[in-house]
Amino acid sequence: MATYQTYYVPEQSKWPIIATVGLGVTMFGLASIMVNGSKGESTTGAWITFGVGGLIMAYMLFGWFGSVIKESHDGLYSPQMDRTFRWGMSWFIFSEVMFFAAFFGALFYARTFAIPWLGGEGDRGSSNMLWEGFQATWPLLNNPDPEAFPAPKEIINPWHLPLVNTILLVTSSFTVTVAHHALKQGNRKKLKAWLLATIVLALLFVGLQAEEYVQAYTELDLTLRSGIYGSTFFMLTGFHGAHVILGTLMLTIMLIRIQKGHFTAEKHFGFEAASWYWHFVDVVWLGLFVFVYIL
Amino acid sequence: MSTVIDTHAQDHHHGPAKGFSRWLLTTNHKDIGSMYLIFSFAMFLLGGSMAMVIRAELFQPGLQIVEPEFFNQMTTMHGLIMVFGAVMPAFVGLANWMIPLMIGAPDMALPRMNNWSFWLLPCAFLILVSTLFMEGGAPNFGWTFYAPLSTTYGPPSTTFFIFAVHIMGISSIMGGINVIATILNLRAPGMTLMKMPMFVWTWLITAFLLIAVMPVLAGVVTMMLMDINFGTSFFNAAGGGDPVLFQHVFWFFGHPEVYIMVLPAFGAVSEIIPAFSRKRLFGYASMVYAVGAIALLSFLVWAHHMFTVGIPIAGQLFFMYATMLIAVPTGVKVFNWVATMFRGSLSFEAPMLFSVAFVILFTIGGFSGLMLAIAPADFQYHDTYFVVAHFHYVLVPGAIFGIFASAYYWLPKWTGHMYDETLAQTHFWLSFVGVNLAFFPMHFLGLAGMPRRIPDYALQFADFNMISSIGAFMFGASQLLFLFIVVKCARGGEKAPAKPWEGSEGLEWTVPSPAPYHTFSTPPEVK
Repeated sequence: MATYQTYYVPEQSKWPIIATVGLGVTMFGLASIMVNGSKGESTTGAWITFGVGGLIMAYMLFGWFGSVIKESHDGLYSPQMDRTFRWGMSWFIFSEVMFFAAFFGALFYARTFAIPWLGGEGDRGSSNMLWEGFQATWPLLNNPDPEAFPAPKEIINPWHLPLVNTILLVTSSFTVTVAHHALKQGNRKKLKAWLLATIVLALLFVGLQAEEYVQAYTELDLTLRSGIYGSTFFMLTGFHGAHVILGTLMLTIMLIRIQKGHFTAEKHFGFEAASWYWHFVDVVWLGLFVFVYIL
Repeated sequence: MSTVIDTHAQDHHHGPAKGFSRWLLTTNHKDIGSMYLIFSFAMFLLGGSMAMVIRAELFQPGLQIVEPEFFNQMTTMHGLIMVFGAVMPAFVGLANWMIPLMIGAPDMALPRMNNWSFWLLPCAFLILVSTLFMEGGAPNFGWTFYAPLSTTYGPPSTTFFIFAVHIMGISSIMGGINVIATILNLRAPGMTLMKMPMFVWTWLITAFLLIAVMPVLAGVVTMMLMDINFGTSFFNAAGGGDPVLFQHVFWFFGHPEVYIMVLPAFGAVSEIIPAFSRKRLFGYASMVYAVGAIALLSFLVWAHHMFTVGIPIAGQLFFMYATMLIAVPTGVKVFNWVATMFRGSLSFEAPMLFSVAFVILFTIGGFSGLMLAIAPADFQYHDTYFVVAHFHYVLVPGAIFGIFASAYYWLPKWTGHMYDETLAQTHFWLSFVGVNLAFFPMHFLGLAGMPRRIPDYALQFADFNMISSIGAFMFGASQLLFLFIVVKCARGGEKAPAKPWEGSEGLEWTVPSPAPYHTFSTPPEVK
C-alpha cells in the first residue's frame, strides 16, 4: 500500500485560527445586531463587527482553499486523500440534509398535529378552547390569534413562478452533469459552455425567487410574521435560497478555476464536490415544490 | 512522485514548534487532543463550580446564598457547560489522541479542519459565558431551553446563547466528519472493520450520531432565533405553531446526544476491562452490533422525555416500548463486560476501578431510566429530582468515570510517565463515595416529590439535600486531586514502558511512551 506513505499531513497552518476569529466575530456581530436592534439601540457598531468578521472569513476562504489547491497542484495528494475529501463532502451534505429535515419536520408537525388540534380535531382537540371557533385549514389563511399574527391574504400559486423555478433548477442539474461529462472527456470548451449555462440558470432562479418574495410581501401579505404558514414557508425557501446562492458561488469559482486551466479529466474533485452540492440543492427544491408549494 | 515522498518523509522528523504558536497553528492530532482534554477539564471545573453554587444553596431549605434568578442561570449554565464543554470535548480529545494511534494512521484525515474544530470551542464558550455579564443575565431556562421560556420569556442574552450553540454545532459536525473520514479511510492495511478496537467502533457510530443530530439542534435554535427576533410563530400557538414542537425537535437531537456522551465511554471501558482482566473482550461482534442497535434506537425514543406534555396515547405507547427496547443491547454490553471479567486474572489499578464502577453505577442509571420510560410511572417522576438522579448517574459515574478511566489508562502513553497509583486510587474512592452520596439521595427526594430546578424546598427534604450537598462538595474537591495527579504525571515520575499494562492490546502500545510527535508515518501491517 504505497499510497499510505504519501498521505499528506500539513505542517502548521494559520488558516484555522483565522477562521475561528472570523466566525466568532461574525456571529458576535450578528447577535449584537439583533439584540441591540430589539432594544432600540444603535446597531452601527454591531454592523461594523459583522462586516469585519465577514471580511476575515472571505480572506480565510481564499487563503485556505488557495493553499489546498496549491498542494493539490504540487502533487501532494494521493488517491487516499481524494477519498478523504469524498467522505468529507458526503457527510457534510448529509449534515445539511438533517438541517433541512428539522424544518420539514416542523412543517409536517404543524400540518399533521398542531393545527388540527387547535381546530378541535383528534387526541388533543381540547386545544380548541384556546381560540374557540378557530378553523383548521391548510394553507392557514386564518391564524388562531389574527391580531398577533395577521394571516396572509393568499399564498403563492405553485403553477406560476415556482413551476418555472422547478424547471430552471432541474435543467441546471442536467446541465451541470453534461459539463461533468465534458470534463471527463477532456472537452474544455463544452465544459465551460455547460457550466456557464448552469450558473445562468442558477442566477435566474435566484432572481425569480427574489421576485416571488417581493410579491409575497407587497401583494399577498405573506410575511415571516403571518403565522406558521409564513414561518415555515420563508424558513424553508429562505434557507434553500441561501444554499442556492452558496452553490452558485461554488460553481462560479469552479468556472474561474477552469478558465485558469485547473482540473484534469481524471482529477477534479473540487468540481465534483460543487456538482454534488448542486444536486443536493436541487433535490431539496423538489421537496419544497411538493410539500411547501403544491400540497 | 518519489521526490514528493522524500520531502514528505523528512517532514515527519520535525518536532513540535516552539512557543504558543505550536498550539494556535498545530495540525497534530496529539497536540489537538491534548488541547481538547485540557479545555474540557477547565470547563469541567467551571461547570463544577456552578454545581457547587447550586448545592450550597440547596444545603439547607430557604434562600441563603443566591437570588432565585441567579440560581436558574446556574442550573442552566451548569448543564450547558458540562454537556457541550466538558463531556463532549473530552471524548473528542480522546478520539484525537487515540484513534490514529489505534488504527495506525499518520494523523487525523483532515488535520487543519481538526484545529478549527478545536479552536471554535473556546470561541463559543467565550460567548456563552459572557452572557453571565450581560443585561438581564445569562440564559435561565434550563439546559433544555424549552420554548416559550426561552423565546417569549427569555433574557436578551438568549440570542448570544443561540449563536454560541451554532458555533459549538459547527465544531462538532466538523469533528464528526473528521473522525468518520479517519476511521473509514486511514486504517492500516489489514485492519478490517471487525478488527477495529471497540473504542474506534464506538467513535465511528458516535461521529455518525453527531453529524445526524447536531444540524437538528442548529435547526431548532434557528427557529428560536426567528421567533425571538423576526416574529415567526414556530413555537407560538397564536400563530398556528406549537411550543411542543420545540420539544419534539429538541429531543430528536437530545436523545441521540445522550448516546454521543456515553458511547465513547462504552468503547473505552471495553478496552480497559479486558486489559485488566487479562482476557479478550467477551463477545466482540455482539458488542459492535449492540452499539449500532443503541444508536439506531436512539432516533426512535425522543418523546419519552415529554410524556407529560400531552402526546397521543399511541405515541406514548410507541415511545415507551421503543425506549425499553434499548435496555436489550445495553444489557448485552453490561453482560459482556461482566463475562469478560469472569474468571479473568483481575487487578484493580485506577483505570480498572473506574471501569468497574462505571459498569455498576451506569447500570443503576440505566435502571432508573427504565423506570422513567414507563409512561404512567413517568407522570409521577417527571421533573422531579428522580430525573436529576437518573441522568447524573448516567453522566457522572457513566460518561465522566469513563473519561477518568481512559485518562489513567492512557496517561503513561501521553506523558511517558506512570501516574501516582496511590493518589489515583484515593481519587477514585473519594469520587466514588462522593458521587453516590451526592446523587443517590436524589432518587428518594424525587420519589418523595421534590421538583427539580428550584432554589428552595419544603422542610421534609432537608436531610437528604444536606447529604447530597456534602457528597457533591466531596466529589468536587476530589477533582482538584485529579488535576494534581495529572500535572505531577506530566512533569515526571516513573518512566513508562511502551506497554505499561501487561494485559492491554492494540497498536497504541507498539509505539514508545510518550508517543513520538509523529507516529505511523508508514502504516503498520495488521494481521
